[in-house]
Amino acid sequence: MQNTNLVLLTLASPLLAFLLLGIFGSSSNWLKKGAGIIGTLLMAVSFFFASQLSLAYFLNQTPNHTQQILFSYTWLQFGSGLSIDMGALLDATSAMMLLVVTFISLMVHVFSLGYMHNDERFASYYAYLGLFTFSMLGLVISANIFQIYMFWELVGVSSFLLIGYYFNKQSAVAAAKKAFIVTRFADLGFLIGILTLGYYGESFDFLTLIGRLSDVQSPQFAAIGVASFAGISALTWGLLLVFMGGAGKSAMFPLHIWLPDAMEGPTPVSALIHAATMVVAGVFLVARLFPIFAIAAPHTLDIIAYIGIFSALFAALIACTQTDIKRVLAYSTMSQIGFMMFALGVSGYGAENGAGFSASLFHLFTHAFFKSLLFLGAGAIIHYVHSNEMEDMGGLRKHMPITHISFLIACLAISGIPPFAGFFSKEAILHAAYQSNPAIYYMALFTSFLTAFYMFRLYFSIFWSTQKAAQDNAHGEGTWSMKIPLILLAIASVLFGFIPFSEYVSTDGKPIATHLDVLFSIAPVTLGVLGILLAKQLYQKASVKPQKIALALGSAYGFVKNKFYIDEVYQYITKKMLFAWVARPAAWIDKNIIDGFYLLLAQLTQFSSVYIKGIQSGKVQAYAMYFFAGILSLASLLFYVLK
Amino acid sequence: MTPVGLPHILLLSTALFFIGMFGFFTRRNLITMLMSLELMLNSVNINFVAFNKYLYPQNLSGVFFVIFIITIAAAEAAVAIAIIINLFRSSDSIDVTDAEEMKF
Repeated sequence: MQNTNLVLLTLASPLLAFLLLGIFGSSSNWLKKGAGIIGTLLMAVSFFFASQLSLAYFLNQTPNHTQQILFSYTWLQFGSGLSIDMGALLDATSAMMLLVVTFISLMVHVFSLGYMHNDERFASYYAYLGLFTFSMLGLVISANIFQIYMFWELVGVSSFLLIGYYFNKQSAVAAAKKAFIVTRFADLGFLIGILTLGYYGESFDFLTLIGRLSDVQSPQFAAIGVASFAGISALTWGLLLVFMGGAGKSAMFPLHIWLPDAMEGPTPVSALIHAATMVVAGVFLVARLFPIFAIAAPHTLDIIAYIGIFSALFAALIACTQTDIKRVLAYSTMSQIGFMMFALGVSGYGAENGAGFSASLFHLFTHAFFKSLLFLGAGAIIHYVHSNEMEDMGGLRKHMPITHISFLIACLAISGIPPFAGFFSKEAILHAAYQSNPAIYYMALFTSFLTAFYMFRLYFSIFWSTQKAAQDNAHGEGTWSMKIPLILLAIASVLFGFIPFSEYVSTDGKPIATHLDVLFSIAPVTLGVLGILLAKQLYQKASVKPQKIALALGSAYGFVKNKFYIDEVYQYITKKMLFAWVARPAAWIDKNIIDGFYLLLAQLTQFSSVYIKGIQSGKVQAYAMYFFAGILSLASLLFYVLK
Repeated sequence: MTPVGLPHILLLSTALFFIGMFGFFTRRNLITMLMSLELMLNSVNINFVAFNKYLYPQNLSGVFFVIFIITIAAAEAAVAIAIIINLFRSSDSIDVTDAEEMKF
């Protein structure tokens, strides 16, 4: 009962911030000024309740972490058994997510106080942040697959609003539309997947659904296994379509194209949405349905694993060539989420087999801290130099000491250097991959080398290299509201790796002992250090070496720099194929056949009216005549025919 | 000399009705048309009274109806004349053929 109140309060305060600032923010001057403070305070309240809830969950429980339905309210009932409920499901995954989402959101709120303080639409900015946080929190506590879908779409809408926040900038509007349409397209698959699973599982409730579909003896399992489409069973279809929704939100290849463009939004928003919370929704979704994936359809997990590792490698390659710092970070996000995905993909169910699952969520947890730190650091840098391009930066370490140190910590963490947080989670992922699929392990190893290289390429180009002009800024490094989140997140990035995560979060709720195999760690750490040294060689001092290498690689380099021309492929498919072969014929049919039918009806009516309108002459006596004629004919009918 | 019976009275009322109808169809003056209308109403009244007296002398329903009709006819005449006066004000004529704007 007490947990129910905590969950409701956690969700209500960001919603209250959204309603208050969204409705009254533009009309009341007082609210406009205080929007940041109000939003931040409400977020702090939310964080307070969420931390109460999850700490109580993790510390006060017996080692077996149970799944509890806190409350459930039937919202829509379809026939018997099938209903859409609004409820809250508390288990280790959602308790962990509640903590991460509220903490990162609080940091972003605080950071934005300094970053956005001169903005004209300050109140709407905080209102959107509130809406986003509310929907993300609703997503992680959903107890029903349809409920998660609703919050999923709310997350999509609020990210649309935040990406397109600078709506007078053409590119921001385009990016917002792109993000919305691409994720919406993926959500179409998600919806069909939900309906497939719900139809055969005869429930939308997570626990019931998982119970039925992961139990080989249940009648529902037999039904969904027998039904098939195009030679693939309905279960596989359902799970793959649900994964398609997850891949869209989590920017997995080939639905990743929106993520780099989404950097058009304000930088703290990128930290919140495109680093720590929204993009991991796909990982969360797969984790939520994990027992079905792992027990009933392990082959779908293989597909997820290969898509994950491919996206990780693909994004890491692109990240090495980009020059816009936020784009580098965006591709690195995609790459890290690829890590989480393939970790889920190589995992099995139960006890030690589920190590990949724990590792994936552990990486999700640590990644949230160091990636939002990287983005907020990037925000501070952009605030300082007023540019996103790496070539406008350089030598900033003396001007921005706090940003420098925290950025360095985050870079070390993401590169997997001990003892920073990323090291532990990445080790766990690599270990799980090594045990189940060596091919994926070696690709992941190479990717983590690339990760270290491009992160330190970024680091050295920004903070070392040669000093560029136009850096003697009056406003200095930034306000304290911008520095404090950086410091807190840096501390988190150092310490949170030591949490024995798999003892808290595992596939079946039973703790797995964490172990660190020092011999195993040698290869990844060495590769990480090599990547750093290579970046140091090339970028610590401004030199022509990078250009020489780029020239030597020739067209291959151009191919990667242009992001493998995926955007162009999409352009080609939509413009040349979809528009020309589907949209135009459809428009032609609409204009000529559908509209034509109604035009024909209208013309027929008009044509006949020309002939019969003479009856309505306006002559009263003529009308009286018709009346009497009518009476006479009725009378004669009654007298002579119907008597 | 035969006493006046129901057929005589019905003959009278039928004649009155069709005279009124003829007037209503052929006259162009609105006031005359109104008078013709009154003729038709009165022929109906005669019918009511006659049927009441000859067929059901024990009750008075027909007579009550007649009183109602006379009342309604008075009200209706007032409304009709008001309309005619307004028509005259707007078009300087009470000819029915001059008032045929209300058409297709």
